[in-house]
Amino acid sequence: MSDISDRVKKIVVEHLGVDEAKITEGASFIDDLGADSLDTVELVMAFEEEFGIEIPDDAAENIQTFGDAVKFITEAA
Amino acid sequence: MFELTGKRALVTGASGGIGAEIARTLYAAGASVALSGTREAPLAALASELGERAHVVPCNLSDPEAVAGLIKTATEAMGGVDILVNNAGITRDNLAMRMSDAEWQDVIDVNLSASAKLMRAAMRGMMKARWGRVVNITSVVGATGNPGQMNYAAAKAGLVGASKALAQEVASRGITVNCVAPGFIATPMTDALTEDQKTAINSRIPAGRMGTPEEVASAVLYLASTEAGYMTGAVLHVNGGMAMV
Repeated sequence: MSDISDRVKKIVVEHLGVDEAKITEGASFIDDLGADSLDTVELVMAFEEEFGIEIPDDAAENIQTFGDAVKFITEAA
Repeated sequence: MFELTGKRALVTGASGGIGAEIARTLYAAGASVALSGTREAPLAALASELGERAHVVPCNLSDPEAVAGLIKTATEAMGGVDILVNNAGITRDNLAMRMSDAEWQDVIDVNLSASAKLMRAAMRGMMKARWGRVVNITSVVGATGNPGQMNYAAAKAGLVGASKALAQEVASRGITVNCVAPGFIATPMTDALTEDQKTAINSRIPAGRMGTPEEVASAVLYLASTEAGYMTGAVLHVNGGMAMV
């Protein structure tokens, strides 16, 4: 779990250029971390590649926060 | 200028007069090219004419599953797709009152839906690379209309709208989406016209002649280049002044 969390955090830091401290469980990619809608698409693509999983569109729509992403990937990986 | 070494281009309709010339021009600028079309023999001939950076990727764009796999095939052949040229197109001309649903749908499927599908599929790689070029070959009739081509004009105008929408979505990622709209271009298709028909056509063109495939390909080369990075959502009209839109 912590391993997945760290890897997700690394992708978010790299992609959005935000301070790691701001990436909390409930941090919203769009509202708190400054992502636009295209950034969220790219994050999902990056998660798919990092973890070798497929994230269907309807699931991707529900991944709004850092915690959502870690939870989905933990269940899927 | 307009150096494409290291770039990888997919050209649909590469067996046709304009498509083949686009492929030659991009290849000559240093790009690798994936040549797509339905007829494999002319594609293979073009590939051997060009050289080792040319790849043949046959695809029937009226088959949705084949369209879905084309970007993947081209990526496997070249390692990626940096430049997508949607050039393939068909016509099923008929007066609107006589046009069948199939004539309408076939043209929309190949000229508009397949192009849109290829653009969407190509975005993933271009977004990751933070660089991409989409050049859609439309037509002067998409802007002016033409009797007997309600389906074709709609598809080409639709492609312009789709290009502008996509251009706005991906501009911040270094990806441009533009159109080249040829007027009358001399190809084997127009060679079949009679002299009288050609004279009648030329009288409507201020330049007094039909364009050449090279003149269309040059516009594509520009839009595919790094130098054109600030041009997006545009339509370059290559029509000898026939329609100044």
